[in-house]
Amino acid sequence: MNKYDNLVTNALGRLVPTIVNGKQEIPFQGIGKHRPTGRKYAPLIPTVLDYPANGNKLVATLEEALHLCGLRDGMTISTHHHMRDGDLIAKQVFEIAYELKVKDLIWLPSAAFPCHESIIQHLENGTIDHIEGSMNGPLGHFTTSGKMNGCAVLRSHGGRVQAIQDGEIHIDIAILAAPTADFFGNGNAFFGPSACGVLGYSLADYMYADRVIIVTDNLIAFPCMPMQIEGNYVDFVVEVDKIGISEKIVSGTTRITKSLDRLLLAEMTAQFCLETGLLKDGCSFQAGAGGTSLAVEDYFHKILLEKNWTARFCFGGSTQYMVKMLEDGSVEYILDAQAFDLEAVRSIRENRNHCDVSVFNAYNYHSKGNYAAMTDIVILGATEIDINFNGNVVTHSDGHLLHGIGGWQNCLFSKCTIIPVPLFRDRIPVIVDKVTTLCGPGSLIDVIVTERGIAINPLRTDLIEKMKESKLPIRDIRELKEEAESICGKPAKPHLSKEVVGIIKWVDGTVIDTLWKVED
Amino acid sequence: MGKVVTCGNQGERIRSDCQVKLELSDRDGLDIQLNSKVKSLYGDSIIALTKEIFNFFGIVNARIQIDDSGALPYVIMARIEAVIKLLTESDKEYLPDFHPSNNSATTRDNNRVSRLYIPGNSPALIINSGLHHPDGIILDLEDAVAPDKKYEARFIVRNALCAVNFYGAERMVRINQIPAGLNDLDFIIPHRANLILIPKCESIEQIKLVNERIGIISMKYNLTQKVWLMPIIESAKGVLNAYEIAISAHNIVAIAIGLEDLTADLGIQRTKEGAESFVARSKIVLSCKAAGIQAIDSVFSDIADMESLRQTVLQSKAIGFVGMGCIHPRQIKVIHDAFAPDAAEIEKAKKIVIAFEEAQSKGVGVIALGTKMIDLPIVKKALHTIELAIKMERLNQNWREQL
Repeated sequence: MNKYDNLVTNALGRLVPTIVNGKQEIPFQGIGKHRPTGRKYAPLIPTVLDYPANGNKLVATLEEALHLCGLRDGMTISTHHHMRDGDLIAKQVFEIAYELKVKDLIWLPSAAFPCHESIIQHLENGTIDHIEGSMNGPLGHFTTSGKMNGCAVLRSHGGRVQAIQDGEIHIDIAILAAPTADFFGNGNAFFGPSACGVLGYSLADYMYADRVIIVTDNLIAFPCMPMQIEGNYVDFVVEVDKIGISEKIVSGTTRITKSLDRLLLAEMTAQFCLETGLLKDGCSFQAGAGGTSLAVEDYFHKILLEKNWTARFCFGGSTQYMVKMLEDGSVEYILDAQAFDLEAVRSIRENRNHCDVSVFNAYNYHSKGNYAAMTDIVILGATEIDINFNGNVVTHSDGHLLHGIGGWQNCLFSKCTIIPVPLFRDRIPVIVDKVTTLCGPGSLIDVIVTERGIAINPLRTDLIEKMKESKLPIRDIRELKEEAESICGKPAKPHLSKEVVGIIKWVDGTVIDTLWKVED
Repeated sequence: MGKVVTCGNQGERIRSDCQVKLELSDRDGLDIQLNSKVKSLYGDSIIALTKEIFNFFGIVNARIQIDDSGALPYVIMARIEAVIKLLTESDKEYLPDFHPSNNSATTRDNNRVSRLYIPGNSPALIINSGLHHPDGIILDLEDAVAPDKKYEARFIVRNALCAVNFYGAERMVRINQIPAGLNDLDFIIPHRANLILIPKCESIEQIKLVNERIGIISMKYNLTQKVWLMPIIESAKGVLNAYEIAISAHNIVAIAIGLEDLTADLGIQRTKEGAESFVARSKIVLSCKAAGIQAIDSVFSDIADMESLRQTVLQSKAIGFVGMGCIHPRQIKVIHDAFAPDAAEIEKAKKIVIAFEEAQSKGVGVIALGTKMIDLPIVKKALHTIELAIKMERLNQNWREQL
């Protein structure tokens, strides 16, 4: 099987392989150009006769459940990331697989975290062939050092659902942690010692996988209601002592950045949104859990209160700051795929206007509409932006993989995407000639806010017009790049080899860019 | 083994800085060891810069260890020159390119409502300091620098004065107490600092010494730009001599009061209400007004308490101070807002000025606004309010047209 082959130049001028892990891939064609047809992929037809009539699907151990699911070489194993950096389950799965001498698995996490570093040993010992999903921190470094056996595949949250729905990936076994569950497999994330609020990223997994295992540390008597995981999709239920380390699942408190430079970025961003009229009565916005995004949200909150405006909805992940807005009436609804702190978990459990939404509704290419595209303002981060507004969110400027894509690509479809970033981090310019890895086409990125000036995409003549009289420093993106280089010096090119170690998928399943092995 | 010297900072929490260790040797050329967070992008250029600097100072054989956490070039230059000069004598200076924005001179009556203190040996805080738009940036060589770091801080401050864009803020340096501070001037005056703060000033002798040294340096470098002085009064003796100090030299544009040291000198507690320093502060204000210079109030040290800061500023403004020091950028906006004329003050001033101008054009001697008679001092005060409001962007320059 070829790890990769047949490199071609895609519509953005990036060199990408068209064979990856022995499978055919389509190079990026342009935004909205690739349209898969036919019928959605479907799981096997189960029969109720094969499941206990009393509804009890409990098995004693995770190992037994995996055995009963027919775990064998080459299977695709999915997990979700709602336990975030406190996840204890994914590691166990691969330890069991290693003990059973199973080889060449494909791990399909909805996201990976620093706590998954120990999984590197199972990539080294051949238990796992490659990862399709996201590779953060040490896993990322491992990937771009060229040590993964197969070729890594990075997808956005929406892209993961797209790939599951159009049959690009087939999940053999989904192992899903549920903070509360009954023996039938109904589960939710509202209660229990590992409560994390929502389980939206597990939906595609349990609906489309051949076999589904629910792992819980809070087994309650049937029925477990409300149910965020529906037991009728579930094969086995396993009770364990602990599915996660609670303080790493949700933080007790998420905090607004204390960095003055970041606060300045946030203030400029909020002022920009006010002056352009993007922030207004009845508007909608999204901001993540990053320190700068939270600060932007906080400035939005102040403006909403001051003007006596109400936002119609906020698009989650949610934090205590968003909850505060909901509770004081600054926002009518939170549409949420992730709860980042305990306040958010409490709110989603108690407040009917704090609503659980899945990736199907938020981001998916094969849905009949996306909430992300309906959102007025989206605030995102980036590791690099180039003078054509193309964005990189996965690699560091030295070429090493650092982050997953998350919902970043999917959110670019919002009505206005704003990226507040420092012009340089320590000495490394963020605005560059050409991004190291292209994750998002510049035509979808509207505004870059740096502490030394705001660059508006020339395509957004409407925004440029509105900011003509503004006191905010509106500048050409090339000028900002020049200023970064005059302060930092012109950086050398990263030392990249010609060896492909991974691919970056676009939201439609095509290959937008390639990860190359870094030569140290 | 020769002597090993070290300058700069290193450690998990250090950013945008570097530490350089140097040992001179007598053979084998330059042995440069570089650990850098940005090695793949800037490793080659850091090595090339290091070689160039050693070449500039004529050093052929040395062992150099650089631990870099993303220092900008001007910082690396400062750290390397500092270690070199600990081991060799040289009159030469390896300077970064002079940023064009740093050529600008400032005026005697420049706005000095806010001046932000930045520790002189903390490059991570220097680079973005101008973005918070204080009227002045004070690169501090005195109390904000640990005693064992004072030597190396001079190189950082010197290079920052050359290379860093302060985005229009007046470039100030607080030197060390006289006489030690006189040597700081050699690092600062040639690189066009706009203003020097003289700490713990209590006599006109100290002013004389500073101006003499500035004169010598200016002659040597053929400098014509004015260097303004702002003595800081921080002792009982200083308070009593304030007026003499204020009129002792033409380039004194302001006097500041330093209440932490003053209350220590008086052996009393500093309170938020400030009753204990009222007389001293008033003495400073009177001395400055009599001398025609700006009176600047002490810094407010609780950076979390914005409301008390605002109250303090309002009190300062009420007794005649025109500015205040900031130890944190968050204080800048509060200080500007509280010192600026408020909307009611501006409205009243506008009416007075217009009534005055109308009366003048009609040749009427007595001016009235409603039932109140207005005399010249009131007009003068109103004009001052208008001028300040325009300067602090609270009023459009063309306000008459917008009536």
